[in-house]
Amino acid sequence: MASRIVNISKKWGFHGVEALKEASPGYKVLMGFFVLLTLAGMAVGLHALFVGYHHVYGVTRQISWGLLISVYIFCVVTSTGLCIVSSIGHVFGGEAFMPIAKRAVFMSIVFMFGGFCIIFFDIENPFRMAIWNVFSPNFVSNMWWMGTLYGMYLVFMIVEYYFLLDQNHSMSRLMGFFGLVVGVAAHSNLGAVFGMLHGRPFWYGPYLPIYFIFSAAMSGGCAILFFTTLGWKINPEIMNQRMERAVKAVTQVTIFLISVIIFFTIWKIITGMVSEGKHLVIMSFLNGDYAINFWVFEVFLGMFLPLYLLIRSRGNNFNLIMWATGLMMIGIFFMRYDIVIPGQMESVYHSLGVVEEANLLTYTPSFHEIMASLFGIGFIGFAYFAGEKMLNGHQLEKHEIVPDGGYICPGCGAIHFMEEGETEEDAMKRHHRIW
Amino acid sequence: MKFSKIDFDKLENEGTASVSTRERRKFLKLGLAVAGVYAGGKILSLTSVIGTAHASGGVGTIKKYPYNPHYSMVIRQSLCIDCEKCVDACNTTNHVPEYGYRTRILTKKYTDQLDKQVEFIPVLCNHCNNAPCVRACPTKATFKDPVTGIVRMESKKCIGCKTCMLACPYDARYFNVERRAVDKCDFCWDKRLSQGETQTGCSAACPTGSRTFGNLTDPDNIVYKLVHQLEERIWVIRPADDTKPNIFYMKGNMRSVDNILKEQKFKYFDPNKA
Repeated sequence: MASRIVNISKKWGFHGVEALKEASPGYKVLMGFFVLLTLAGMAVGLHALFVGYHHVYGVTRQISWGLLISVYIFCVVTSTGLCIVSSIGHVFGGEAFMPIAKRAVFMSIVFMFGGFCIIFFDIENPFRMAIWNVFSPNFVSNMWWMGTLYGMYLVFMIVEYYFLLDQNHSMSRLMGFFGLVVGVAAHSNLGAVFGMLHGRPFWYGPYLPIYFIFSAAMSGGCAILFFTTLGWKINPEIMNQRMERAVKAVTQVTIFLISVIIFFTIWKIITGMVSEGKHLVIMSFLNGDYAINFWVFEVFLGMFLPLYLLIRSRGNNFNLIMWATGLMMIGIFFMRYDIVIPGQMESVYHSLGVVEEANLLTYTPSFHEIMASLFGIGFIGFAYFAGEKMLNGHQLEKHEIVPDGGYICPGCGAIHFMEEGETEEDAMKRHHRIW
Repeated sequence: MKFSKIDFDKLENEGTASVSTRERRKFLKLGLAVAGVYAGGKILSLTSVIGTAHASGGVGTIKKYPYNPHYSMVIRQSLCIDCEKCVDACNTTNHVPEYGYRTRILTKKYTDQLDKQVEFIPVLCNHCNNAPCVRACPTKATFKDPVTGIVRMESKKCIGCKTCMLACPYDARYFNVERRAVDKCDFCWDKRLSQGETQTGCSAACPTGSRTFGNLTDPDNIVYKLVHQLEERIWVIRPADDTKPNIFYMKGNMRSVDNILKEQKFKYFDPNKA
């Protein structure tokens, strides 16, 4: 057994539970905190399951999707995004993106599990789901496809991660490609879960499926930057020239994607203002109940601040990147919340002009909902910190393909190309001059 | 395979003399049917007819409606007095818990009208032919009854994802904790119709006849008569959602409606009048 662990350690970079034991006390406290959060969240969630969600959740007949669905969407958006952005490297061969692949795929799986943990406490009969999704499938239901495609996605990602660890590049590439295709299908379909409810004008239309994909890519870029720079704080050794270059490349892509989302948001607001069905909700974003959510969290924390800070960081200042993307994660959570809840705020009978539905509906998350969400978040946090130690900072052992004419630079670990008549040393100098 | 060529320019004009009156009528009828003038042409796009127009096969044939009996309700809005007897009857018949409801009565207030200050609008599941909830359900726990067209629930299959509650443009669904499934109006199928009754709990309890329930395929039925007439405007709620609902609304306290129910063909023709 011991020899097997040594082998895995060599090949996979897997350092086992020993690595956790050797962690500093502060690190253990941090992991303990997330474990406690997970356990507390699970306990409260189970309590809610037994007494009945109806009694302890803040969701109502008309606002039937609340905080849990928002956090679930936050998790699966981030998971898909990690898959999309990392696939630029290890699926499509963008060399600069390769070093982030292992951490990104690992976190993608972790976020997906976290999302499933959360939705477990939102579905009223999760055990029936396992049975009837198989025996009574409704192929025209987006909800059915969501469960099926995300299930497939998770399987592909796990298999891909196995091959990444095992340094089987052609297989990991193939699985990564399938994972990407299924992930994009699953995620745009999640947008369609909302976008195909034609009684809900705020959601209805092709906007959400398209937006979800771009938004996912943005979240993925943000998450990669956040978790990589945080990993660098934990273990500075993970940063080498190659990883620095990857961080820089991801920063550039993320800046671009934030701009895309700003563009999406501007047009959502402008078109919504002239639409009868959306006008009230849009106005509540601009100067109503959701103004703080929208302006402070979604626009400032989610878009403009990270845009400014990431540009300022020039892709080199990791502290700045960490803060920018950390705050951006909070902003992104509010983006998801601002899709789910406001879509239900206007009652279906509002347009009828009746007294009962004259005002927008309100929703406040209950204690049980918050704790059940933290079940998933706690799990993600713990898995991240444990993963950083146990997998030795997701460091690479030349798991990527080295093209012809290239060699792995002993100084930085990057792939360098020699020009004709050039020595390795000259090539290294030439490459490193850029940085 | 060869076809002989027909030169249309060289064909002789047959003239209209050879067209029989019968054929002419048929042709006109077709035009009227296409234009939707027959029986409820104005509601053509809103009602439950699938495919062809109302009048394409004459009046009152079964083929027109996708179900038989095609259960439907016509709500004569002006007759509703908000007594809520329908809601009570529904709650007792179907054991609806106090936190939920299958039907309710909405209130619309006016300040600038001379005749009325308030209007009551009973709402319930519209049993849409193109039901968004049925499409949204991942496990077919909610389904269109293939015979009656009633949107029903198979509670054991409901996973409680609540997508149907959001898909419904009529807020007709709620999660019933006791059944561990989403619950909704089934036109009292379980409690009354399947046991031989002809009225739902709410329509039987309605003291003013505001809620009239019946079979839309039966020309002798009251809902058929109320829907198939031109004098009074009939509408459905949220027509833009294109769900083809089966709950129709009309004002319904007009003389013309009395005439319809007394089977008089014309509003201004009163045979008893001297």
